[in-house]
Amino acid sequence: MKHHIKLGIGPAHFRIGSDWAQPIAQLRALYADYPALEGPANATVRLFAARPWRRFIRPAVHLGGDFTIPDALPLPLSMGLLAAEMAMNLQMALGWRRHMLLHASAVERNGRALIMSGESGSGKSTMAALLGETNDWRFMGDEFTLIDPASGDALAFPRPVSLKNQAIAEMAERVPAERFGPLLKATPKGDIRHMVPRAEALAAMHQPAAPALILFPRFGSELSVARIAPSELFVRLTEASTNYALLGEPAFTALTHMVRSVPALAISYPDSASGMQLIEQLWAEATP
Amino acid sequence: MSAVWTLIDLLAERRGPASLGDREWESVISVARAEVLAATLAEKLVDAELPPAVAALFADMRAAMRVQQTHALCEAEMARRALEPAGVRFVLLKGTAYAAAGLPNAAGRQIGDLDIMVARDDLDRAEAALLAAGWEWVKSDPYDDAYYRNHMHELPPLIHKERDRMIDVHHTILPLTHRARPDAAALLADAKPLPFRGGVGGGVCPTGAMLADIPHLNRSPGGEGLYTLEPADMVIHCAAHCMADGDLAGGLRNLWDFHILATHFSSDPGFWETMEARAERHQLLDPVQRAARLAAMLYGTAVPKSWDRWDRQDKWYCMQLTARDNWGRPSRQFIRLIFTIRSHWLRMPPLMLARHLWVKWRRG
Repeated sequence: MKHHIKLGIGPAHFRIGSDWAQPIAQLRALYADYPALEGPANATVRLFAARPWRRFIRPAVHLGGDFTIPDALPLPLSMGLLAAEMAMNLQMALGWRRHMLLHASAVERNGRALIMSGESGSGKSTMAALLGETNDWRFMGDEFTLIDPASGDALAFPRPVSLKNQAIAEMAERVPAERFGPLLKATPKGDIRHMVPRAEALAAMHQPAAPALILFPRFGSELSVARIAPSELFVRLTEASTNYALLGEPAFTALTHMVRSVPALAISYPDSASGMQLIEQLWAEATP
Repeated sequence: MSAVWTLIDLLAERRGPASLGDREWESVISVARAEVLAATLAEKLVDAELPPAVAALFADMRAAMRVQQTHALCEAEMARRALEPAGVRFVLLKGTAYAAAGLPNAAGRQIGDLDIMVARDDLDRAEAALLAAGWEWVKSDPYDDAYYRNHMHELPPLIHKERDRMIDVHHTILPLTHRARPDAAALLADAKPLPFRGGVGGGVCPTGAMLADIPHLNRSPGGEGLYTLEPADMVIHCAAHCMADGDLAGGLRNLWDFHILATHFSSDPGFWETMEARAERHQLLDPVQRAARLAAMLYGTAVPKSWDRWDRQDKWYCMQLTARDNWGRPSRQFIRLIFTIRSHWLRMPPLMLARHLWVKWRRG
């Protein structure tokens, strides 16, 4: 394709081609601080116009690549960056087989991982971004956490945090402007702005971390903590995984071990500050 | 060099993997995924010296495909458990058959739905038994349903409500509207019982039991168990599926099946003569011979001299089979359109085609 770029995010190496210059230029700027790739990419992403004239007239960016879903709606060219991100996520969700993929955010401290799973809008992404900005935690990812079936370790997939709506302003107060991508207004998921993780998080992206605590956060209600039984955790994590069933027995063994050895809690908190405080306290209890 | 030809040359061993640069690997991987040959290539190059990123990716693909094959074999066993008590004998087709028989093309081969074949007289009983065992209809549209039942070679697809896996129940190997009429009774009568070995690598069933340990699986020939088509019929079906039905989508993979199967079975010296005679009986000699010529052209299959005549249409087939760019996208739109029209033309008489397209178009 006419415009292209290669990006490495943790173990995933993407070759991204586009019919337009703009999304590639935006990716190049957003990923400028990511380490350069060595060797061939392991997945291909295509941003393309369905008809040649749609490159110019009301340009609509279709998501394509090695793996696609038939009913993915195209996005306007102004949201090309979002299209690229969604198409990369699709390659992971549908094509990645090396690790068990959890739809979860993660941060690391002293070689151990805190994994946060939950629906879109639960606050898992914002919380990982907030913790990742403190000096105690390393940001590992806001969308996918990869579990190595052999070791049980969590691996990072630290693409830029996809901040939505109120979280954009919240992070803008703490993070220098040069770490932000362009503001994408009125996307199907609301306003979106990407935030590049700190340099330390990018430098350490290949370092695994043993899961030590799994949280299911819920932002915006009374402070509460509830223990989740291993059996329920098992079901929740299989639901949060895009490839659990495809990996067969190794994933079953890894997950069984994880739910027996890692404590899991459902928590809710009224605001970010009390949420962070609660998580620090729960972490201290889980990792004496 | 286009990546689709690099892929073909790697599979045919005309080219070694050491000669590929990063860009070529990226393109070959993308094209191989689009042609559903990626894990096949990964198995082919299992002992080759590869760039670390490619070696790691290929190891992922091999492992995932072995899990998938285990699931597919388990599904075949589930079908047996549903159909055997109803007295329905069935034959495994395509991917599941290759894996169950441990044939060499099964290595890395993707298996989608479970494809089986039963006698047309057994169709109603097979349907009832599967519905009773937890399968249900995917489509509920009356036109589609009637279309399948009146004109197709299979029941409308069924999906298992708990395991979420599809089964296609065929009663012959080409649509009833097709010009060729294969001898379905002969296909079934000569089917071969399987000594079931738990498939490639002796995988483990999701239920935890080794497939080989499942009771009743190792039944003696002639008893109820799992069957595949006899070798020549299996290769003929592969060719029919590839050449006589559809628009050659997935054709490179199907021709790879043809190449490996024909090469494997031709260790029996009478194989090609048997295949010629059986193909004639199934009214499929032309597509079988075309598949053989194309497989020879692409993968270097050793075909008998009498089969290797020149046909001026072959080059168009070859262009359609290799119509993919280095980003894995379909290319040569005009040739693709011609083959789409051809696929409909082969499948039904013109008036019926017109009516079918009209109904489909009106319903959007």
